[in-house]
Amino acid sequence: MSSLTVTDQHISATKAKVIQPAWVRVMHWTNAVAMILMILSGWQIYNASPLFNFSFPRDYTLGGWLGGGLLWHFAAMWLLMINGLAYLVTGFVSGRFRKKLLPITPSGVLHDVRAALTFKLGHDDLSVYNYVQRTLYAGIIVVGVLIVLSGLSMWKPVQLHWLVTLFGDYPTARYVHFFCMAAICAFLVIHVLLALLVPKSLRAMIIGR
Amino acid sequence: MAKRPFLIPGVDRRLLIKDSIKIMPDVTRRRFIAGGASLGALTLLTGCDVVDSSSADALLTKISKFNDAVQDFIFNPDALAPTFPESAITKPFPFNAYYDLDDAPDVDGDAWKLEVRGLVDDKKSWTLPELTKLPQFTQITRHICVEGWSAIGSWTGTPLRDFLKLVGADTRAKYVWFQCADKDGYNSPLDMRTALHPQTQMTFKYAGETLPRAYGFPMKIRVPTKLGFKNPKYVMSMEVTNDYKGGYWEDQGYNSYSGS
Repeated sequence: MSSLTVTDQHISATKAKVIQPAWVRVMHWTNAVAMILMILSGWQIYNASPLFNFSFPRDYTLGGWLGGGLLWHFAAMWLLMINGLAYLVTGFVSGRFRKKLLPITPSGVLHDVRAALTFKLGHDDLSVYNYVQRTLYAGIIVVGVLIVLSGLSMWKPVQLHWLVTLFGDYPTARYVHFFCMAAICAFLVIHVLLALLVPKSLRAMIIGR
Repeated sequence: MAKRPFLIPGVDRRLLIKDSIKIMPDVTRRRFIAGGASLGALTLLTGCDVVDSSSADALLTKISKFNDAVQDFIFNPDALAPTFPESAITKPFPFNAYYDLDDAPDVDGDAWKLEVRGLVDDKKSWTLPELTKLPQFTQITRHICVEGWSAIGSWTGTPLRDFLKLVGADTRAKYVWFQCADKDGYNSPLDMRTALHPQTQMTFKYAGETLPRAYGFPMKIRVPTKLGFKNPKYVMSMEVTNDYKGGYWEDQGYNSYSGS
């Protein structure tokens, strides 16, 4: 059964190829599902009392009516929060955030943005994030934290009134929640577009390598 | 996703739904249609035909009940809703209901009596002059609607907990259940801990004036720790009870606790 015997070299070679560890992949896709549920049900809730002069098309909302949208929103929030919290803790403890997302220097960001816009930004080594990726990934984590905090302060404006104070007042927390959603949607568009442009990055997020 | 077998083979599904909608009571119909309407989005999401929407509905209901328990757990009876100066009051304060202002109950204050039922020592009914003789306080708080908007208003009245004490209510009971004069019979359960919250108020005045018809004359229950739909207006009776009797909006799917 020679096919079953693998040398140490083989193992280390295979291990080195893993770009996205299993926990990242599981949490990434869990987050993707939770985010989409939150966004679509959130649009339903927004439509009940729009902040701006527009509503979201009914076909892109979840729940059928305000009550249904709220049920989805307050169910998916658990998935989003538990998964998000686990991601933050693992990211910090494992050192992944530090290794992958830092440092972010202004000159590095400027250089890579210019390179990206002229289609000269290489993706030869997927295990190293360029400065555009670092900025977007670190930024979206901050937005993710903000959208949860502003959401919590809208859900519990009395029990968590100190959190509301952090945003100013209740109506401001609503706007913060909305703009964080908008930022996540913008990120989502760019993120998916780039994943499709560099399919091997998508493959890494699915099978790990 | 598992498909449900048809109850009657050969019967057109759409016609069956159409027929059954007709015989459903209003509330059930609304929920039924709501469940169906979410299907489109869910199909879009999962890419598969989720015929079995009732299981999704059941799961969401279960999670909503879990959320009731979580909210009850984190409810701090001493946490006060922020109060505001008079200058912060929203003018005009919005009228909001599931009907137009013209359809709002027009209660005759002279004939009106507040019925007190259930687990209380003194079941006598109260007239408006009797009630307004009780000590009153004014509080300016933010009213937050389930729809997301909010408005700051000034409400004056007697703390509900003082009244419950006065009538000898069993405050170990689970709920105070309010029935109101709104058309189609609005009612709503209030958990006892919230009923005993120092800011929960039997309201007789808005902005220093007798409560106008738009805001719930003759009596409103102002609960700054709950969403607006759990602030009963045009109150006719209150019942201290251990039974969960449901509510107008709660039965349609709004989270029952809906606490702030």
